[in-house]
Amino acid sequence: MKALSSIYTWADERLGLDDLLHFAQKKRVPEHAHSAWYYWGGISLFFFLVQAITGVLLLIYYRPGPDAFESTRQITYEIHFGWLIRSAHSWAANLMIAAIFVHMFSVFFMKAYRKPREFGWWSGMVLLLVTMVFGFSGYLLPMNELAFFATKVGLDIPNSLPVIGHKIATLVRGGPEVNEFTVQRFFALHVVVLPALFIPLLGFHLWLVQKHGNAVPPAEEAKPPAQRKSIPFFPNFMMKDLAMWLIALNVLALLASMFPWDLGAPADSLKPAPTGIHPEWYFMSSFQVLKLFGQWFPGAAGEALGMILFTLGLVMWFLIPLYDPSGKSGQRARWATYFGLFALSILLVTTIWAYAALN
Amino acid sequence: MSKTVSQSPGQESPPDTDVATRRAFVWAALGAAGVCYAGAIGYPVYRYLASPVERAEAESAVTEVTLKDAQKLPLGSVLMFKFGPRPSMLIHHQDGSWVALSAVCTHLGCTVQYQPARNVIHCACHGGEYDPVTGKNISGPPPRPLTRYVAKVTDTGVVVSRT
Repeated sequence: MKALSSIYTWADERLGLDDLLHFAQKKRVPEHAHSAWYYWGGISLFFFLVQAITGVLLLIYYRPGPDAFESTRQITYEIHFGWLIRSAHSWAANLMIAAIFVHMFSVFFMKAYRKPREFGWWSGMVLLLVTMVFGFSGYLLPMNELAFFATKVGLDIPNSLPVIGHKIATLVRGGPEVNEFTVQRFFALHVVVLPALFIPLLGFHLWLVQKHGNAVPPAEEAKPPAQRKSIPFFPNFMMKDLAMWLIALNVLALLASMFPWDLGAPADSLKPAPTGIHPEWYFMSSFQVLKLFGQWFPGAAGEALGMILFTLGLVMWFLIPLYDPSGKSGQRARWATYFGLFALSILLVTTIWAYAALN
Repeated sequence: MSKTVSQSPGQESPPDTDVATRRAFVWAALGAAGVCYAGAIGYPVYRYLASPVERAEAESAVTEVTLKDAQKLPLGSVLMFKFGPRPSMLIHHQDGSWVALSAVCTHLGCTVQYQPARNVIHCACHGGEYDPVTGKNISGPPPRPLTRYVAKVTDTGVVVSRT
């Protein structure tokens, strides 16, 4: 113990660890009826860390290009515990997106995007979009049947855009068809480009949270300061946060080991698409919207209209801090709440509809 | 609430030693749980990383290799082959004898070469040299002779096995 404390003193004199500790103890986190939502950003972060670690492990045996499926098969069936690492990576990807969605909607309904936290909202939205591109690009890497068709369909969507759509799709694909060149460039995107974008952006996002502290919902803001409760960040909130991480780890371990991610059949461009094929759940809503517009309006016009509407909705969602009319703190922003509920119900209804339409 | 009863702080909480043992117990339980988690994550990751090592070890358990058509090797020449994972060499000497040796230098593991003109086995990395008949280290840094295998010539090839 004495040796430990003398090592600590040695490091503290050089790094100022005590200052950090005092800072963490001084920092407080508000506590109220809705503070359970504060954990979801941390849970998203936890799953990102899991992705980084399991991703590096998969990188050790995965080979992109023509060997993509074979190396994934080796990881799943020949390398010890390869199935578990791969399953954890796939499950954590889905859980990460789910956690980000919960985080985003809780931030929205707590009106935490208002001044001075606009950049927190915007950086968070970009992080979500990057995460979805992570999901889309990672889905192709095993080069199985599902991955092949999901990517084919996904890249056919920009095709309906006039003039530039076709050029974009061909360029992203690396040719007119999804093949080993597509896997290779999606791989570069997935393991180099996207992390290089994501990590600094995440740093910025976390720095903003640190700078402005946790936002409180309008109902809480209306209370006089004396009635507001808070707990110290260190150790109280950090311990609770770590407990959440432990729960997240246990849920992931159970899912990954009890429902190992399927390998599927190798992609074959001559085989017809299997019936009932559909994208991952987080793309189901946009999948259904495009399908509906395709039915309502004939030809490429319907899909283009669906895409335009979806993009407009996203832009409105993105810009909410700028036009939320009751944006001043302390006021209940009813209109924004209705908009949030509307967006949430559209997402839920179209997702359920999409799954129901499969059967 | 209005009654004022003087209460010493020790009355409500258990004696200090109890607190100390409870605290020690909680720390020990947390430590044990931490060790369990570290093991449950560390063991699969270790086995995952060690997979190719285990495969190579299984390969090195090979005791015999048949080199097809190797009996046609001309006098004074060499054939490189793999004995399990190890690079090895089969030399057909001028006197018609056959010698099979490991080709891994016993100094720092470079692959050695047979030089028929000088009739020595030479390692280019640090200049170590071996006798091409016995595998004995004759000059330079190698500490041990090259491992010798048994070479048996048949009508269809050469069978190399451990001694």
